[in-house]
Amino acid sequence: MISIKSLSKIYKSKHNEVKAVDHLNLNIKNGEIFGVIGYSGAGKSTFIRLLNRLEEPTEGEITINGKDITKLGSRSLRKERQKIGMIFQHFNLLWSRTVLENISFPLEIAGVPRDERKKKVLELIKLVGLSGRENYYPSQLSGGQKQRVGIARALANDPDVLLCDEATSALDPQTTDDILDLLVDINNKLGLTIILITHEMHVIQKICHRVAVMEGGKVIEQGDALDVFMHPKEKTTKRFVQQVMGPEQDQAFIESLIKSYESGKVVRLHFVGESTNQALISELSKTFDININILQGNITQTQEGAYGTLFVHLDGTNEEIEKAINFISKTSVEVEVQSYAE
Amino acid sequence: MLSNLFPNVRMEELWTATEETLYMTGISVLGTLIFGIILGLLLFLTDRGNIWENKATNFVIATVVNVFRAIPFIILIFLLFPFTDFIMGTIRGPKAALPALIIGASPFYARMVEIALKEVDKGVLEAAKAMGAKTSHVIMKVLLPESMPALISGITVTAISLISFTAMAGAIGAGGLGDLAYRKGFQRWDFDVVFACTILIVFIVFIFQFIGDFTSRKMDKR
Repeated sequence: MISIKSLSKIYKSKHNEVKAVDHLNLNIKNGEIFGVIGYSGAGKSTFIRLLNRLEEPTEGEITINGKDITKLGSRSLRKERQKIGMIFQHFNLLWSRTVLENISFPLEIAGVPRDERKKKVLELIKLVGLSGRENYYPSQLSGGQKQRVGIARALANDPDVLLCDEATSALDPQTTDDILDLLVDINNKLGLTIILITHEMHVIQKICHRVAVMEGGKVIEQGDALDVFMHPKEKTTKRFVQQVMGPEQDQAFIESLIKSYESGKVVRLHFVGESTNQALISELSKTFDININILQGNITQTQEGAYGTLFVHLDGTNEEIEKAINFISKTSVEVEVQSYAE
Repeated sequence: MLSNLFPNVRMEELWTATEETLYMTGISVLGTLIFGIILGLLLFLTDRGNIWENKATNFVIATVVNVFRAIPFIILIFLLFPFTDFIMGTIRGPKAALPALIIGASPFYARMVEIALKEVDKGVLEAAKAMGAKTSHVIMKVLLPESMPALISGITVTAISLISFTAMAGAIGAGGLGDLAYRKGFQRWDFDVVFACTILIVFIVFIFQFIGDFTSRKMDKR
Protein backbone atom coordinates (compact mmCIF):
# COMPACT_ATOMS: atom_id res chain seq x y z
CA MET A 1 0.00 0.00 0.00
CA ILE A 2 1.08 3.51 -0.72
CA SER A 3 0.09 6.03 1.87
CA ILE A 4 0.57 9.73 1.44
CA LYS A 5 0.18 11.95 4.46
CA SER A 6 -0.02 15.70 4.51
CA LEU A 7 2.20 16.00 1.44
CA SER A 8 3.06 19.55 0.43
CA LYS A 9 5.25 21.24 -2.11
CA ILE A 10 5.68 24.96 -1.91
CA TYR A 11 7.62 26.90 -4.53
CA LYS A 12 9.02 30.07 -3.08
CA SER A 13 10.19 32.96 -5.17
CA LYS A 14 11.20 36.40 -3.96
CA HIS A 15 7.74 37.87 -4.02
CA ASN A 16 5.31 35.03 -3.66
CA GLU A 17 4.70 31.45 -2.69
CA VAL A 18 2.97 28.86 -4.80
CA LYS A 19 1.44 25.85 -3.11
CA ALA A 20 1.65 23.33 -5.93
CA VAL A 21 0.63 20.49 -3.64
CA ASP A 22 -1.16 21.39 -0.45
CA HIS A 23 -1.42 18.95 2.47
CA LEU A 24 -2.50 16.09 0.29
CA ASN A 25 -3.63 12.78 1.78
CA LEU A 26 -4.18 9.62 -0.23
CA ASN A 27 -4.12 5.88 0.23
CA ILE A 28 -3.48 3.71 -2.78
CA LYS A 29 -3.99 -0.04 -2.59
CA ASN A 30 -1.53 -2.57 -3.91
CA GLY A 31 -2.34 -3.76 -7.41
CA GLU A 32 -4.88 -1.11 -8.26
CA ILE A 33 -4.88 1.40 -11.08
CA PHE A 34 -5.28 4.76 -9.43
CA GLY A 35 -5.97 7.83 -11.50
CA VAL A 36 -5.42 11.43 -10.57
CA ILE A 37 -7.24 13.86 -12.81
CA GLY A 38 -7.03 17.61 -12.88
CA TYR A 39 -6.69 20.58 -15.18
CA SER A 40 -3.25 21.99 -15.88
CA GLY A 41 -1.99 23.86 -12.86
CA ALA A 42 -3.88 21.60 -10.47
CA GLY A 43 -0.58 20.25 -9.14
CA LYS A 44 -0.92 16.72 -10.43
CA SER A 45 2.37 16.82 -12.30
CA THR A 46 4.20 18.00 -9.19
CA PHE A 47 2.35 15.38 -7.15
CA ILE A 48 3.56 12.45 -9.23
CA ARG A 49 7.13 13.80 -9.17
CA LEU A 50 7.03 13.97 -5.41
CA LEU A 51 6.35 10.24 -5.25
CA ASN A 52 9.84 9.35 -6.51
CA ARG A 53 11.31 12.60 -5.29
CA LEU A 54 12.13 14.08 -8.66
CA GLU A 55 10.77 17.03 -6.71
CA GLU A 56 11.68 17.29 -3.04
CA PRO A 57 8.59 17.54 -0.82
CA THR A 58 8.37 20.58 1.44
CA GLU A 59 6.66 18.46 4.07
CA GLY A 60 4.73 15.24 4.51
CA GLU A 61 5.25 11.49 4.28
CA ILE A 62 5.14 9.04 1.40
CA THR A 63 5.17 5.43 2.49
CA ILE A 64 5.66 2.83 -0.22
CA ASN A 65 5.83 -0.79 0.98
CA GLY A 66 6.46 0.31 4.53
CA LYS A 67 9.37 2.61 3.63
CA ASP A 68 9.08 6.34 4.05
CA ILE A 69 10.48 7.68 0.77
CA THR A 70 10.88 11.19 2.15
CA LYS A 71 13.38 9.99 4.77
CA LEU A 72 15.74 8.07 2.46
CA GLY A 73 19.36 9.10 1.92
CA SER A 74 20.57 9.61 -1.64
CA ARG A 75 22.00 6.10 -2.01
CA SER A 76 18.93 4.26 -0.74
CA LEU A 77 16.70 6.64 -2.68
CA ARG A 78 18.49 5.61 -5.89
CA LYS A 79 17.97 1.96 -4.96
CA GLU A 80 14.28 2.59 -4.23
CA ARG A 81 13.78 4.47 -7.49
CA GLN A 82 14.82 1.34 -9.37
CA LYS A 83 11.65 -0.23 -7.94
CA ILE A 84 9.44 2.67 -9.03
CA GLY A 85 9.01 2.71 -12.79
CA MET A 86 7.98 5.87 -14.56
CA ILE A 87 6.70 6.72 -18.03
CA PHE A 88 6.37 10.18 -19.50
CA GLN A 89 4.21 12.22 -21.82
CA HIS A 90 7.09 12.76 -24.24
CA PHE A 91 8.53 9.27 -23.72
CA ASN A 92 12.02 10.59 -22.86
CA LEU A 93 13.92 7.89 -24.70
CA LEU A 94 17.61 8.24 -25.50
CA TRP A 95 17.79 8.91 -29.24
CA SER A 96 21.35 7.61 -29.31
CA ARG A 97 20.24 4.13 -28.26
CA THR A 98 18.23 1.46 -30.05
CA VAL A 99 15.02 0.00 -28.61
CA LEU A 100 17.02 -2.82 -27.10
CA GLU A 101 19.63 -0.50 -25.61
CA ASN A 102 17.01 1.89 -24.24
CA ILE A 103 15.26 -0.89 -22.37
CA SER A 104 18.61 -2.16 -21.21
CA PHE A 105 19.51 1.23 -19.71
CA PRO A 106 17.84 0.85 -16.28
CA LEU A 107 19.34 -2.63 -16.00
CA GLU A 108 22.81 -1.19 -16.62
CA ILE A 109 22.14 1.33 -13.88
CA ALA A 110 21.09 -1.46 -11.53
CA GLY A 111 24.29 -3.35 -12.35
CA VAL A 112 22.66 -6.40 -13.95
CA PRO A 113 25.20 -8.60 -15.81
CA ARG A 114 25.17 -8.49 -19.62
CA ASP A 115 23.67 -11.93 -20.34
CA GLU A 116 20.80 -11.44 -17.92
CA ARG A 117 20.18 -7.99 -19.35
CA LYS A 118 19.78 -9.32 -22.84
CA LYS A 119 17.39 -12.05 -21.70
CA LYS A 120 15.25 -9.65 -19.66
CA VAL A 121 15.13 -7.06 -22.44
CA LEU A 122 13.92 -9.59 -25.00
CA GLU A 123 11.19 -10.73 -22.59
CA LEU A 124 10.06 -7.13 -22.14
CA ILE A 125 10.09 -6.42 -25.87
CA LYS A 126 7.76 -9.37 -26.31
CA LEU A 127 5.52 -8.21 -23.46
CA VAL A 128 4.98 -4.77 -24.98
CA GLY A 129 4.59 -6.12 -28.50
CA LEU A 130 7.70 -4.72 -30.17
CA SER A 131 9.27 -7.96 -31.38
CA GLY A 132 11.24 -7.42 -34.57
CA ARG A 133 12.03 -3.80 -33.75
CA GLU A 134 14.86 -4.45 -31.30
CA ASN A 135 17.43 -2.58 -33.35
CA TYR A 136 15.33 0.40 -34.40
CA TYR A 137 16.20 3.84 -33.13
CA PRO A 138 13.44 5.90 -31.45
CA SER A 139 13.35 8.24 -34.46
CA GLN A 140 12.20 5.30 -36.57
CA LEU A 141 9.22 4.55 -34.31
CA SER A 142 5.70 5.99 -34.06
CA GLY A 143 4.48 7.70 -30.87
CA GLY A 144 2.67 4.61 -29.66
CA GLN A 145 5.72 2.43 -30.25
CA LYS A 146 7.92 4.92 -28.40
CA GLN A 147 5.59 4.75 -25.41
CA ARG A 148 5.79 0.96 -25.55
CA VAL A 149 9.57 1.25 -25.30
CA GLY A 150 9.03 3.65 -22.38
CA ILE A 151 6.79 1.11 -20.66
CA ALA A 152 9.22 -1.75 -21.23
CA ARG A 153 12.03 0.41 -19.86
CA ALA A 154 9.98 1.31 -16.79
CA LEU A 155 9.29 -2.37 -16.13
CA ALA A 156 12.88 -3.54 -16.55
CA ASN A 157 13.77 -3.70 -12.87
CA ASP A 158 10.48 -5.39 -11.88
CA PRO A 159 9.04 -2.38 -10.09
CA ASP A 160 6.21 -2.53 -7.55
CA VAL A 161 4.78 0.75 -8.73
CA LEU A 162 4.45 2.34 -12.15
CA LEU A 163 4.02 6.11 -12.33
CA CYS A 164 2.44 7.42 -15.52
CA ASP A 165 2.91 11.12 -16.17
CA GLU A 166 0.30 12.05 -18.80
CA ALA A 167 1.48 8.96 -20.65
CA THR A 168 -1.13 9.12 -23.39
CA SER A 169 -1.58 12.87 -23.74
CA ALA A 170 0.70 13.10 -26.77
CA LEU A 171 -0.96 10.22 -28.58
CA ASP A 172 -3.93 10.02 -30.94
CA PRO A 173 -7.17 8.43 -29.62
CA GLN A 174 -6.61 5.02 -31.24
CA THR A 175 -3.02 4.77 -29.96
CA THR A 176 -4.15 6.03 -26.55
CA ASP A 177 -6.55 3.11 -26.29
CA ASP A 178 -3.85 0.63 -27.36
CA ILE A 179 -1.49 1.94 -24.70
CA LEU A 180 -4.25 1.89 -22.06
CA ASP A 181 -5.04 -1.72 -22.98
CA LEU A 182 -1.36 -2.53 -22.55
CA LEU A 183 -1.34 -0.92 -19.10
CA VAL A 184 -4.40 -2.95 -18.03
CA ASP A 185 -2.72 -6.07 -19.40
CA ILE A 186 0.45 -5.35 -17.42
CA ASN A 187 -1.58 -4.59 -14.31
CA ASN A 188 -3.27 -7.99 -14.60
CA LYS A 189 -0.17 -9.97 -15.53
CA LEU A 190 2.33 -8.45 -13.14
CA GLY A 191 -0.03 -7.21 -10.43
CA LEU A 192 1.84 -3.96 -10.03
CA THR A 193 0.26 -0.78 -8.75
CA ILE A 194 -0.24 1.89 -11.39
CA ILE A 195 -0.60 5.54 -10.51
CA LEU A 196 -1.43 7.78 -13.41
CA ILE A 197 -2.12 11.44 -13.83
CA THR A 198 -4.12 12.80 -16.72
CA HIS A 199 -6.46 15.54 -17.82
CA GLU A 200 -8.53 13.16 -19.92
CA MET A 201 -11.56 11.60 -18.24
CA HIS A 202 -11.50 8.99 -20.99
CA VAL A 203 -8.32 7.52 -19.50
CA ILE A 204 -9.86 7.32 -16.02
CA GLN A 205 -13.04 5.82 -17.39
CA LYS A 206 -11.25 3.20 -19.42
CA ILE A 207 -8.76 1.76 -16.97
CA CYS A 208 -8.87 3.22 -13.46
CA HIS A 209 -10.28 1.43 -10.46
CA ARG A 210 -10.19 4.49 -8.28
CA VAL A 211 -9.80 8.14 -9.00
CA ALA A 212 -8.88 11.36 -7.21
CA VAL A 213 -9.78 14.75 -8.60
CA MET A 214 -7.19 17.44 -7.93
CA GLU A 215 -7.62 21.17 -7.89
CA GLY A 216 -5.44 23.86 -6.39
CA GLY A 217 -2.98 21.29 -5.01
CA LYS A 218 -5.68 19.43 -3.08
CA VAL A 219 -7.76 16.33 -3.67
CA ILE A 220 -11.30 17.66 -3.90
CA GLU A 221 -13.02 14.37 -4.53
CA GLN A 222 -12.03 10.72 -4.60
CA GLY A 223 -13.50 7.26 -4.69
CA ASP A 224 -14.25 4.31 -6.95
CA ALA A 225 -14.10 5.46 -10.54
CA LEU A 226 -17.69 4.36 -11.14
CA ASP A 227 -19.01 6.17 -8.06
CA VAL A 228 -17.33 9.36 -9.08
CA PHE A 229 -18.75 8.93 -12.54
CA MET A 230 -22.28 8.41 -11.34
CA HIS A 231 -22.45 10.89 -8.55
CA PRO A 232 -19.92 13.63 -9.20
CA LYS A 233 -20.19 16.14 -6.37
CA GLU A 234 -17.78 18.93 -7.19
CA LYS A 235 -18.18 21.24 -10.14
CA THR A 236 -14.77 20.33 -11.55
CA THR A 237 -15.60 16.63 -11.35
CA LYS A 238 -18.88 17.23 -13.15
CA ARG A 239 -17.02 18.98 -15.92
CA PHE A 240 -14.68 16.03 -16.29
CA VAL A 241 -17.57 13.57 -16.38
CA GLN A 242 -19.17 15.66 -19.10
CA GLN A 243 -16.01 15.19 -21.16
CA VAL A 244 -17.02 11.59 -21.80
CA MET A 245 -20.75 11.61 -21.10
CA GLY A 246 -21.84 14.78 -22.81
CA PRO A 247 -23.80 17.34 -20.81
CA GLU A 248 -26.63 16.17 -18.55
CA GLN A 249 -30.04 16.77 -20.01
CA ASP A 250 -32.00 19.56 -18.46
CA GLN A 251 -35.62 19.34 -17.38
CA ALA A 252 -36.96 21.32 -20.32
CA PHE A 253 -35.51 18.83 -22.74
CA ILE A 254 -37.05 15.90 -20.91
CA GLU A 255 -40.45 17.58 -20.82
CA SER A 256 -40.36 18.21 -24.51
CA LEU A 257 -39.51 14.53 -24.98
CA ILE A 258 -42.49 13.48 -22.92
CA LYS A 259 -44.87 15.86 -24.65
CA SER A 260 -44.00 14.52 -28.05
CA TYR A 261 -45.58 11.15 -27.28
CA GLU A 262 -49.33 10.64 -27.10
CA SER A 263 -49.32 7.28 -25.42
CA GLY A 264 -46.96 5.11 -23.40
CA LYS A 265 -44.29 6.20 -21.00
CA VAL A 266 -40.90 7.86 -21.23
CA VAL A 267 -38.47 6.11 -18.96
CA ARG A 268 -34.94 6.95 -17.92
CA LEU A 269 -32.65 3.92 -17.49
CA HIS A 270 -29.53 4.25 -15.38
CA PHE A 271 -26.82 1.75 -16.17
CA VAL A 272 -24.59 1.45 -13.16
CA GLY A 273 -21.83 -0.87 -14.14
CA GLU A 274 -23.16 -4.39 -14.56
CA SER A 275 -22.26 -5.72 -17.94
CA THR A 276 -24.91 -8.52 -17.79
CA ASN A 277 -27.60 -6.00 -18.64
CA GLN A 278 -26.40 -5.37 -22.11
CA ALA A 279 -29.26 -7.35 -23.64
CA LEU A 280 -31.91 -5.65 -21.51
CA ILE A 281 -33.71 -3.88 -24.34
CA SER A 282 -34.04 -6.94 -26.55
CA GLU A 283 -35.16 -9.03 -23.60
CA LEU A 284 -37.88 -6.51 -22.75
CA SER A 285 -39.30 -6.48 -26.24
CA LYS A 286 -39.29 -10.26 -26.41
CA THR A 287 -40.86 -10.84 -23.00
CA PHE A 288 -43.50 -8.11 -23.01
CA ASP A 289 -45.89 -6.95 -25.63
CA ILE A 290 -44.50 -3.47 -25.95
CA ASN A 291 -42.60 -1.36 -28.42
CA ILE A 292 -39.41 0.25 -27.28
CA ASN A 293 -38.06 3.34 -28.91
CA ILE A 294 -34.65 4.63 -27.89
CA LEU A 295 -34.82 8.42 -27.70
CA GLN A 296 -31.53 9.60 -26.37
CA GLY A 297 -28.69 8.07 -24.50
CA ASN A 298 -25.09 7.82 -23.60
CA ILE A 299 -23.54 4.59 -22.45
CA THR A 300 -19.88 4.19 -21.79
CA GLN A 301 -17.72 1.26 -20.73
CA THR A 302 -15.66 1.56 -17.56
CA GLN A 303 -13.39 -0.94 -15.77
CA GLU A 304 -16.44 -1.90 -13.66
CA GLY A 305 -18.88 -2.32 -16.55
CA ALA A 306 -21.30 -0.14 -18.49
CA TYR A 307 -22.30 3.20 -17.14
CA GLY A 308 -24.70 5.71 -18.58
CA THR A 309 -28.21 6.92 -19.13
CA LEU A 310 -30.76 5.94 -21.73
CA PHE A 311 -34.11 7.60 -22.40
CA VAL A 312 -36.58 5.18 -23.95
CA HIS A 313 -40.19 5.40 -24.88
CA LEU A 314 -42.31 2.35 -23.94
CA ASP A 315 -45.51 1.95 -25.88
CA GLY A 316 -48.26 -0.66 -25.30
CA THR A 317 -51.06 -1.32 -22.87
CA ASN A 318 -50.62 0.25 -19.46
CA GLU A 319 -50.57 -3.20 -17.90
CA GLU A 320 -47.75 -4.46 -20.10
CA ILE A 321 -45.74 -1.29 -19.51
CA GLU A 322 -46.18 -1.66 -15.75
CA LYS A 323 -44.93 -5.24 -15.95
CA ALA A 324 -41.95 -4.24 -18.02
CA ILE A 325 -40.96 -1.50 -15.58
CA ASN A 326 -41.31 -3.94 -12.74
CA PHE A 327 -39.04 -6.33 -14.58
CA ILE A 328 -36.35 -3.67 -15.11
CA SER A 329 -36.42 -2.61 -11.49
CA LYS A 330 -35.47 -6.17 -10.50
CA THR A 331 -32.23 -5.91 -12.51
CA SER A 332 -29.33 -3.70 -11.51
CA VAL A 333 -30.45 -1.05 -13.96
CA GLU A 334 -32.16 1.81 -12.18
CA VAL A 335 -35.39 2.85 -13.80
CA GLU A 336 -37.14 6.17 -13.46
CA VAL A 337 -40.51 6.93 -15.07
CA GLN A 338 -40.41 10.49 -16.28
CA SER A 339 -44.15 11.13 -16.35
CA TYR A 340 -47.27 9.90 -18.10
CA ALA A 341 -47.64 11.30 -21.51
CA GLU A 342 -51.12 12.77 -21.68
CA MET B 1 57.47 18.79 -63.33
CA LEU B 2 56.90 19.51 -59.65
CA SER B 3 60.42 20.82 -59.31
CA ASN B 4 59.72 23.26 -62.15
CA LEU B 5 56.67 24.64 -60.38
CA PHE B 6 58.27 24.63 -56.93
CA PRO B 7 62.04 25.10 -57.59
CA ASN B 8 62.92 25.92 -53.97
CA VAL B 9 60.81 23.28 -52.24
CA ARG B 10 62.81 20.41 -50.77
CA MET B 11 60.59 17.37 -50.37
CA GLU B 12 62.18 16.00 -47.18
CA GLU B 13 61.85 19.42 -45.50
CA LEU B 14 58.24 19.68 -46.56
CA TRP B 15 57.52 16.17 -45.32
CA THR B 16 59.15 16.79 -41.92
CA ALA B 17 57.20 20.02 -41.55
CA THR B 18 53.94 18.26 -42.42
CA GLU B 19 54.70 15.56 -39.86
CA GLU B 20 55.38 18.21 -37.22
CA THR B 21 52.13 20.02 -38.00
CA LEU B 22 50.18 16.76 -37.83
CA TYR B 23 51.91 15.87 -34.56
CA MET B 24 51.11 19.23 -32.96
CA THR B 25 47.54 19.16 -34.22
CA GLY B 26 46.91 15.54 -33.25
CA ILE B 27 48.21 15.76 -29.69
CA SER B 28 46.64 19.16 -29.04
CA VAL B 29 43.24 18.03 -30.36
CA LEU B 30 43.43 15.06 -28.00
CA GLY B 31 44.43 17.27 -25.07
CA THR B 32 41.76 19.83 -25.91
CA LEU B 33 39.16 17.10 -26.15
CA ILE B 34 40.00 15.87 -22.64
CA PHE B 35 40.35 19.25 -20.91
CA GLY B 36 37.53 20.84 -22.89
CA ILE B 37 35.06 18.09 -22.00
CA ILE B 38 36.07 18.18 -18.33
CA LEU B 39 35.74 21.98 -18.19
CA GLY B 40 32.52 21.93 -20.21
CA LEU B 41 31.01 19.29 -17.92
CA LEU B 42 32.00 21.32 -14.86
CA LEU B 43 30.50 24.47 -16.36
CA PHE B 44 27.29 22.62 -17.14
CA LEU B 45 26.94 20.61 -13.94
CA THR B 46 27.65 23.50 -11.57
CA ASP B 47 25.20 25.73 -13.39
CA ARG B 48 21.77 26.55 -11.95
CA GLY B 49 19.38 23.65 -11.60
CA ASN B 50 21.96 20.97 -12.26
CA ILE B 51 23.38 18.12 -10.23
CA TRP B 52 26.38 19.98 -8.76
CA GLU B 53 24.78 23.42 -8.69
CA ASN B 54 27.35 25.72 -7.10
CA LYS B 55 27.47 29.39 -7.87
CA ALA B 56 31.04 30.00 -6.65
CA THR B 57 32.62 27.11 -8.56
CA ASN B 58 30.69 27.96 -11.67
CA PHE B 59 31.81 31.57 -11.46
CA VAL B 60 35.49 30.64 -11.00
CA ILE B 61 35.52 28.21 -13.93
CA ALA B 62 33.57 30.57 -16.17
CA THR B 63 35.98 33.40 -15.38
CA VAL B 64 39.07 31.29 -16.10
CA VAL B 65 37.53 30.12 -19.36
CA ASN B 66 36.60 33.65 -20.39
CA VAL B 67 40.00 35.11 -19.52
CA PHE B 68 41.94 32.49 -21.46
CA ARG B 69 39.57 32.79 -24.39
CA ALA B 70 40.20 36.52 -24.47
CA ILE B 71 44.00 36.27 -24.79
CA PRO B 72 45.20 36.34 -28.41
CA PHE B 73 47.04 33.12 -29.16
CA ILE B 74 50.35 34.67 -30.10
CA ILE B 75 50.44 36.51 -26.77
CA LEU B 76 49.41 33.39 -24.90
CA ILE B 77 52.50 31.62 -26.28
CA PHE B 78 54.78 34.34 -24.91
CA LEU B 79 52.89 34.41 -21.62
CA LEU B 80 53.30 30.66 -21.22
CA PHE B 81 57.04 30.52 -22.02
CA PRO B 82 58.12 30.06 -18.37
CA PHE B 83 55.42 27.44 -17.81
CA THR B 84 56.31 25.62 -21.04
CA ASP B 85 59.99 25.67 -20.16
CA PHE B 86 59.12 24.23 -16.75
CA ILE B 87 56.96 21.31 -17.87
CA MET B 88 58.40 20.52 -21.32
CA GLY B 89 62.03 21.43 -20.58
CA THR B 90 62.30 23.47 -23.79
CA ILE B 91 60.69 26.38 -25.56
CA ARG B 92 61.55 25.30 -29.08
CA GLY B 93 60.15 22.65 -31.41
CA PRO B 94 56.75 21.06 -31.86
CA LYS B 95 56.64 19.65 -28.31
CA ALA B 96 57.03 23.11 -26.81
CA ALA B 97 53.97 24.31 -28.70
CA LEU B 98 51.65 21.80 -27.03
CA PRO B 99 50.92 23.53 -23.69
CA ALA B 100 50.00 26.79 -25.38
CA LEU B 101 47.90 25.00 -28.00
CA ILE B 102 45.95 22.99 -25.44
CA ILE B 103 45.54 25.87 -23.00
CA GLY B 104 44.51 28.17 -25.84
CA ALA B 105 41.93 25.83 -27.36
CA SER B 106 40.44 24.10 -24.29
CA PRO B 107 38.39 27.08 -23.01
CA PHE B 108 37.08 27.66 -26.52
CA TYR B 109 36.01 24.03 -26.79
CA ALA B 110 34.71 23.98 -23.19
CA ARG B 111 32.09 26.60 -24.12
CA MET B 112 31.05 24.51 -27.10
CA VAL B 113 30.77 21.45 -24.86
CA GLU B 114 28.63 23.43 -22.43
CA ILE B 115 26.28 24.51 -25.23
CA ALA B 116 26.10 20.93 -26.52
CA LEU B 117 25.20 19.62 -23.06
CA LYS B 118 22.53 22.27 -22.60
CA GLU B 119 20.86 20.91 -25.72
CA VAL B 120 20.39 17.47 -24.14
CA ASP B 121 16.69 16.83 -23.53
CA LYS B 122 15.82 17.65 -19.90
CA GLY B 123 13.17 14.94 -19.99
CA VAL B 124 15.80 12.30 -20.70
CA LEU B 125 17.86 13.51 -17.73
CA GLU B 126 14.74 13.34 -15.57
CA ALA B 127 14.04 9.81 -16.80
CA ALA B 128 17.59 8.75 -15.89
CA LYS B 129 17.17 10.28 -12.44
CA ALA B 130 13.85 8.47 -12.02
CA MET B 131 15.63 5.19 -12.80
CA GLY B 132 18.07 5.75 -9.97
CA ALA B 133 21.08 6.74 -12.08
CA LYS B 134 24.25 7.96 -10.35
CA THR B 135 26.00 11.11 -11.56
CA SER B 136 28.62 8.99 -13.31
CA HIS B 137 25.85 7.13 -15.15
CA VAL B 138 24.25 10.41 -16.12
CA ILE B 139 27.53 11.71 -17.54
CA MET B 140 28.74 8.59 -19.30
CA LYS B 141 25.44 7.11 -20.46
CA VAL B 142 23.26 10.15 -21.05
CA LEU B 143 25.03 13.51 -21.31
CA LEU B 144 28.00 12.52 -23.49
CA PRO B 145 26.27 10.05 -25.85
CA GLU B 146 23.22 12.28 -26.31
CA SER B 147 25.37 15.31 -27.20
CA MET B 148 27.91 13.38 -29.30
CA PRO B 149 27.14 14.91 -32.72
CA ALA B 150 27.52 18.43 -31.31
CA LEU B 151 30.68 17.43 -29.39
CA ILE B 152 32.18 16.09 -32.61
CA SER B 153 31.31 19.07 -34.78
CA GLY B 154 32.66 21.26 -31.97
CA ILE B 155 36.00 19.48 -31.88
CA THR B 156 36.15 19.69 -35.69
CA VAL B 157 35.88 23.46 -35.60
CA THR B 158 38.38 23.56 -32.74
CA ALA B 159 40.80 21.29 -34.62
CA ILE B 160 40.74 23.64 -37.59
CA SER B 161 41.54 26.58 -35.31
CA LEU B 162 44.33 24.48 -33.83
CA ILE B 163 45.87 23.90 -37.26
CA SER B 164 45.95 27.64 -37.72
CA PHE B 165 47.42 28.04 -34.20
CA THR B 166 50.21 25.55 -35.03
CA ALA B 167 51.18 27.68 -38.00
CA MET B 168 51.35 30.74 -35.78
CA ALA B 169 53.41 28.82 -33.21
CA GLY B 170 55.62 27.65 -36.07
CA ALA B 171 56.51 31.20 -36.95
CA ILE B 172 58.13 31.63 -33.56
CA GLY B 173 60.07 28.42 -33.65
CA ALA B 174 57.73 25.51 -33.04
CA GLY B 175 58.44 23.89 -36.43
CA GLY B 176 55.83 22.57 -38.82
CA LEU B 177 54.45 24.07 -41.99
CA GLY B 178 54.06 27.55 -40.49
CA ASP B 179 57.73 27.57 -39.57
CA LEU B 180 58.76 26.38 -43.04
CA ALA B 181 56.60 28.96 -44.77
CA TYR B 182 58.05 31.71 -42.60
CA ARG B 183 61.77 30.87 -42.61
CA LYS B 184 62.27 29.22 -46.02
CA GLY B 185 59.47 31.01 -47.77
CA PHE B 186 58.99 34.50 -46.44
CA GLN B 187 62.48 35.29 -45.12
CA ARG B 188 64.22 34.01 -48.28
CA TRP B 189 61.52 35.44 -50.48
CA ASP B 190 60.87 32.01 -52.05
CA PHE B 191 57.12 32.22 -52.46
CA ASP B 192 56.78 28.80 -54.05
CA VAL B 193 57.58 27.39 -50.56
CA VAL B 194 54.85 29.53 -48.99
CA PHE B 195 52.48 28.32 -51.67
CA ALA B 196 53.37 24.62 -51.13
CA CYS B 197 52.85 25.00 -47.38
CA THR B 198 49.47 26.68 -47.98
CA ILE B 199 48.29 23.83 -50.19
CA LEU B 200 49.29 21.25 -47.60
CA ILE B 201 47.62 23.12 -44.72
CA VAL B 202 44.41 23.58 -46.69
CA PHE B 203 44.52 19.88 -47.53
CA ILE B 204 44.94 18.94 -43.84
CA VAL B 205 42.05 21.23 -42.88
CA PHE B 206 39.83 19.61 -45.50
CA ILE B 207 40.65 16.14 -44.21
CA PHE B 208 39.77 17.14 -40.64
CA GLN B 209 36.55 18.77 -41.80
CA PHE B 210 35.59 15.71 -43.79
CA ILE B 211 36.28 13.25 -40.96
CA GLY B 212 34.42 15.47 -38.49
CA ASP B 213 31.34 15.95 -40.65
CA PHE B 214 31.21 12.29 -41.54
CA THR B 215 31.48 11.05 -37.94
CA SER B 216 29.02 13.61 -36.65
CA ARG B 217 26.46 12.61 -39.26
CA LYS B 218 27.06 8.91 -38.65
CA MET B 219 26.49 9.36 -34.91
CA ASP B 220 23.28 11.33 -35.26
CA LYS B 221 20.28 9.00 -35.01
CA ARG B 222 17.76 11.72 -34.28
